[in-house]
Amino acid sequence: MKTKQEAIQTVGNVFGITAQHDQRADLSFITLENDKVVPALVHLRDVEKYVHLVMITAVDYIEDGNFQITYLLHNYINKTDIGVRTLINRDEPIMQSAHELWRQIATYQRELHEMFGITFPGSPRMEENFALEGWEGPPPMRKDFDTLQYSMKTYSNRSGRKTHDPKRYMKEQLKQDINKVYTDDKSTGDKNV
Amino acid sequence: MKNKEDKKVLENAQLKSIDQELFSNAYPETVAPLNKYMEKLANWARANSLWFLAFGTGCGAIELRPLLTSRFDIYQKGIAPRPTPRQSGVFIIGGYSSVKTLKRIIRSYEQMQNPKFVISLCSCSINGGMYFDSYNTINQIEKYLPVDVYITGCMPRPEAIIAGFDKLKERILAGKTEGANKYVENFEYYKANQKKIIKDWDMPDYNW
Repeated sequence: MKTKQEAIQTVGNVFGITAQHDQRADLSFITLENDKVVPALVHLRDVEKYVHLVMITAVDYIEDGNFQITYLLHNYINKTDIGVRTLINRDEPIMQSAHELWRQIATYQRELHEMFGITFPGSPRMEENFALEGWEGPPPMRKDFDTLQYSMKTYSNRSGRKTHDPKRYMKEQLKQDINKVYTDDKSTGDKNV
Repeated sequence: MKNKEDKKVLENAQLKSIDQELFSNAYPETVAPLNKYMEKLANWARANSLWFLAFGTGCGAIELRPLLTSRFDIYQKGIAPRPTPRQSGVFIIGGYSSVKTLKRIIRSYEQMQNPKFVISLCSCSINGGMYFDSYNTINQIEKYLPVDVYITGCMPRPEAIIAGFDKLKERILAGKTEGANKYVENFEYYKANQKKIIKDWDMPDYNW
């Protein structure tokens, strides 16, 4: 039975890995080029026996102008996980659909379409509502979507709401720079170690 | 005959024309209290058979389960969960409600028989709570439904919910729970608020 590292080696030789991050002994993340992802998923599923799709998720890296999509796969034989990552352009968020590999991917892709505005051409029921019914605003999980402002504008707000932010409260109580206190604590802590 | 034509009817404008005849367009009506002594008797009966709708609308609904166990034993107070809105008289809004849930809350509330009472649980339904800045949860439930009793906390303990039920009983016995009539009297206000939030309104204006 191939180990996880050998499987990644093979994927790297065939498809080319741009970055690799070994999170744990049984979990690694590999980053591939955009157009190599679906072929790599086919290879991992059919040859390397990473047959179980755990999930797909996306992260909005607004500072780099990218969305990062992660496909997390699990191998039942050697009990390891590989996360296949790719970066797509934030201004033109189109990704190749993988719904023919696992049928449930279509549901994940619908969610990503609704929450991030990522389009997967050819994926079934892409334009239907997933969780947000009748949503008219921009995709809410994007970093540039101001959720507080949207909430203030859309939903009524009861006046007299107080916040008890612990940091501000402690600042008022201690009458000193709380950041300094925290950094001092940290420096002494490091010395003890 | 002329009177009948003057009577207000629901427009059900958001329904498809083919569906409009399938739903009642009758306008909801207020129900006047019985005469003084009969109303007192009826209120006594209502206060001692509070059947709540077992519809957990938010995370606060998790605190309803312990009430049904032997430790808190809510049945001894004449309170029991019912599976459908038609059979229940108390609606417990269990904390935050997303816009999607609000639609179901309105459907369920309107299907309940008069007299009906609403208990608003947790702080989320009062001022948004910890979800005050969420893009998808409403902040004030009383904009969309008339509320009889609020129970604050995040989350309130089962004892607090029992205290809330006791408060509701007090108010019923005092004849102060006219929420269903208030809903009908301010029907336009509540509908306007509901339709402002729920963008894909695909149900009749009143779910008979």
